Amino acid sequence: MSGAPLLQVRNLQKYFPIKAGVFRKIVDWVKAVDGVSFEVLSGETLGIVGESGCGKSTLGMTIMRLYEPTAGEVFFQGQDISSLRPSELKSIRRNIQMIFQDPFTSLDPRMHIGSIVEEGMKVHHIASLSEIRRRALDLLEKVGLGAEYFSRYPHEFSGGQRQRIGIARALALNPRLVVADEPVSSLDVSVRSQILNLLKDLKRDYQLTYIFISHDLAVVRQICNRVMVMYLGKIVEIADGDAFFSSPSHPYSVALISAVPVPDPDYEVKRIILSGDVPSPINPPQGCRFHTRCPVAQDVCSEVEPALEEIEENHWVACHFPGSLSWERIPR
Amino acid sequence: MEENNLLLQVQDLKVYFYTEEKEELKAVDGVSFYLREGETIALVGESGCGKSVTSLAILRLIDSDGKIQGGRIILGGKDLLSLSEKEMREIRGRDISMIFQEPSSALNPVYTIGDQIMEAIILHQKLSPPQARKAAEEVLRLVGIPEAQKRLDEYPHELSGGMKQRAMIAMALSCRPKVLIADEPTTSLDVTIQAQILELIEKLQQQLNMGVILITHDLGVVAGMAERVVVMYAGKVVEEGSRRDIFHNPSHPYTWGLLHSIPRLDVKQEKLAIIPGVVPDPLNFPSGCRFRNRCPLEDEVCLTEPQWCEIEDQHYVYCHHYSQIEILKTRGFSQ
Repeated sequence: MSGAPLLQVRNLQKYFPIKAGVFRKIVDWVKAVDGVSFEVLSGETLGIVGESGCGKSTLGMTIMRLYEPTAGEVFFQGQDISSLRPSELKSIRRNIQMIFQDPFTSLDPRMHIGSIVEEGMKVHHIASLSEIRRRALDLLEKVGLGAEYFSRYPHEFSGGQRQRIGIARALALNPRLVVADEPVSSLDVSVRSQILNLLKDLKRDYQLTYIFISHDLAVVRQICNRVMVMYLGKIVEIADGDAFFSSPSHPYSVALISAVPVPDPDYEVKRIILSGDVPSPINPPQGCRFHTRCPVAQDVCSEVEPALEEIEENHWVACHFPGSLSWERIPR
Repeated sequence: MEENNLLLQVQDLKVYFYTEEKEELKAVDGVSFYLREGETIALVGESGCGKSVTSLAILRLIDSDGKIQGGRIILGGKDLLSLSEKEMREIRGRDISMIFQEPSSALNPVYTIGDQIMEAIILHQKLSPPQARKAAEEVLRLVGIPEAQKRLDEYPHELSGGMKQRAMIAMALSCRPKVLIADEPTTSLDVTIQAQILELIEKLQQQLNMGVILITHDLGVVAGMAERVVVMYAGKVVEEGSRRDIFHNPSHPYTWGLLHSIPRLDVKQEKLAIIPGVVPDPLNFPSGCRFRNRCPLEDEVCLTEPQWCEIEDQHYVYCHHYSQIEILKTRGFSQ
């Protein structure tokens, strides 16, 4: 089901300036995304995971050109979109759409949901107005909201229903790639699984490719074919989902997996407690950025930055000692 | 149940809110449960089920739109609902403490961490400021904050999210309360920090022999920490039992659905189980069983209020059709 690369990201960087003083002089940079390269294959769901501040959302926004990249390239279907002029971007935006985390702030409260879904199609003049109307109704039906909701306003909907509206809007232009940034994090458990199932169904019906940004590894396990872990603006591991969850190789990945509470009263995973907090992305640690919190760090880790290397087929890790930390199940 | 180690009892608690149009919103409608000394229980449910309102009612912190309309909350032989505001203030922080979901909004940004911790110590323990400062430093050390002495003079914005949550726990524990209410204590934290904080709460609970009421929607956290689980839905308790009863033998269809719709890390599910529909509008709860319009076992009987049944020792369920729960195992929620 996965094919040629749909999206190629090469050495992408996004730095945010820190300004201070009367003249707002730039005194330093927040290195939110710091040299990231990967590919997204057509038809796959790539999960990007990491904790807050790791750069995963910034990466999503930079791919979409909602942020201008500081350096690096993004190729979509072979075309470099990181240097396109704003007028040329319009055609690309049709093909890459986004679903946002917070369904309460990402819908315009003054527009009824029909016009929210239709807006993109009108901007891109994809069809006659009556055709656009018909398509909007179809989409609402498809995401599980009937035609009777067409002229209602966002405040009349619950979080899960709003997320469905956001999904209908994202699909209106028939995109190839959908970047979903924490699409289910703000939803209740029973509604969350409804939305995940919907995303799976839509992917099949519309041959979509997803970049699925999430901090929730259990959700990523259920929806993604491949997983990419970020820490402080860098990729630390990329692997197929099954390989990743059965044998995570970067100590940070292992710690993340071990920290997820297991909903089972009989066994638990022995938690690897990382000491301290994520360091500041303004002055990331020398060498391996994770060495300050890594339970298996050695001298070399604070001196030499490890490269992202393929340790097995399609399994890439940036660590001097991959696989040296493991996790285990223990009875409660 | 051994009566002598009962710490807190909530009996038939009712908390109603009133809209501007004078409509009555029954956020908590006849909730009962108990907490033993040194025990951790979990109140579990989705947003709007009344779990947070229940915990605020225990501390009598319901704001002016709402009213406690009935029930009893018994701590140490006294009904907290009959106390004066002045007596209640003695209870808060000394006997019952609370930690909140969002440490950044629960801490006062214009006072130092030390001032905020010392406030409760001075109020309840009648210590002098220098003694209180010493006690505050000690409690910061207890919750694992490095350089405690320095941190006392820092403001909340100078601490990271995990450190703020530790500071809030320190504040809650400064007077060694008997009951700690933890309302989604780790929801706003990253998983690696969550693991640290859960570990800390568990350790301190044993050290101080507190009763803990853990309010959460995360069943993974519940499985790890709670001895007993109280499941709430639409202002009612729908099931109560030991952790093992709830996870291995869920008997209310809602509990069953909740457990089966959690994405798991250890198995890849082709399709996640779902509970259809949405949580009902609290202004307009269905009559009879409030879960009936989402329930695959619904029939005419469900138009009447279910009875509270003890189906195993200490395992209670509020459903007409708990005996048919096996049906869900074969066909799930698809109707």
